[in-house]
Amino acid sequence: MSEGPAPVLRAEGLVKTHHGEGAPAHAVRGVDLRVARGEFVAVTGPSGAGKSTLLHLLGGLQRPDSGSIWLDGERTDAYSEARWAVERRKHIGIVFQFFNLVSNLSVADNVELPALLAGTPARRARAEREELLAELGLTGKERSMPGELSGGEQQRVALARALVNHPPLLLADEPAGSLDSRGTREVMRLLSRFHRRGQTILLVTHDARLASAADRVISFFDGRIADDAELDGAPPRGRGLSGVLELRD
Amino acid sequence: MRQSLLALLARGPAHGYELKQDLEQLLGSAYPQPNIGQIYVTLGRLEKSGLIEGEDVEQSGRPNKKVYHLTDTGREALRAWFEETADEPRVRDEFFMKLALAPQTGLADRIALINRQRRQYLNTMRQLSRLAAAEDRDNRVAQLLIEGAMLHLQADLDWLERCQEELEELE
Repeated sequence: MSEGPAPVLRAEGLVKTHHGEGAPAHAVRGVDLRVARGEFVAVTGPSGAGKSTLLHLLGGLQRPDSGSIWLDGERTDAYSEARWAVERRKHIGIVFQFFNLVSNLSVADNVELPALLAGTPARRARAEREELLAELGLTGKERSMPGELSGGEQQRVALARALVNHPPLLLADEPAGSLDSRGTREVMRLLSRFHRRGQTILLVTHDARLASAADRVISFFDGRIADDAELDGAPPRGRGLSGVLELRD
Repeated sequence: MRQSLLALLARGPAHGYELKQDLEQLLGSAYPQPNIGQIYVTLGRLEKSGLIEGEDVEQSGRPNKKVYHLTDTGREALRAWFEETADEPRVRDEFFMKLALAPQTGLADRIALINRQRRQYLNTMRQLSRLAAAEDRDNRVAQLLIEGAMLHLQADLDWLERCQEELEELE
């Protein structure tokens, strides 16, 4: 990779071991990673491979035992909790498997809150919220409470909340993990749409269908990167697509 | 192809080109376009085995076209086809043999084999996603065909993951 502008995200030598009951769990065992601006990268692997821990380290939700992280070229090692919180408000949007919406706030407030906390004037926060909810097909749901929405709708609200401050980086941790097939397709379509507009995305998922929306797929095994592949969408060798779709009778 | 053509003829008589169009419409752009020559050959065979009968219909200024209809034997064959269950899909046996035999040859690394195979599956998966996005959303049959292919591929990818987990433990 050539030295151009600083990558949105860079990590070197990340290590994280969980010390719970029983033997220590080596969740992340020396990970180097670069994500360039505008890239859509998926990290896949079996459950327990450490991919969610990796995402948590990158988003400052957990601290590495060793290794360094740069966001937009700025080193985050010395960040305090408060500084990370600001970072997550302004520069990193995160969506989770279980949406993590504030259950006693309306849909509109859930989306506007991070904008207001980031210092956006109320009028503009509202305009941003309206635009995002319309875009995500949630117009008319502003006053609903999260509990009144389907899982797919809640995840769309979470996506709006994550993107309301136009963060350079979107982290998504199993965003379709608690959705049905239709909800999964919907999440896939929306991530692809935001990516086409230039959003940088790092997605963690065990679902290969979702991962195939990315243009680069990292296979994560046992705390390490086992493979890092650009998907080119070019016809694979052999029978490829027609072989898969061939109906025999 | 045999049974699909019989099934389309169960609705009423049709000629070869109509059958091609019916198939395309039913299965959408995802399905590799049926070859008209292949359709005519199959119709000829079906007629020879007495499952359908063709009748020449004169067309002004153009060569005759042959309109086929289902015979009673054909209808019975079709009924029997619907009665049977279909075979299970096969495990990707060629890749499996490579994986099984690689260590004895010293010519290939099994993890590298898995990684290469995964890249290919992921690229195919990506193409399927694009096809699904391009296909008419209301064509349920076509969408289900693509979704079926994606789920099979997902299972293959899950299995590759299992192979990798097992084999990395051994190393």
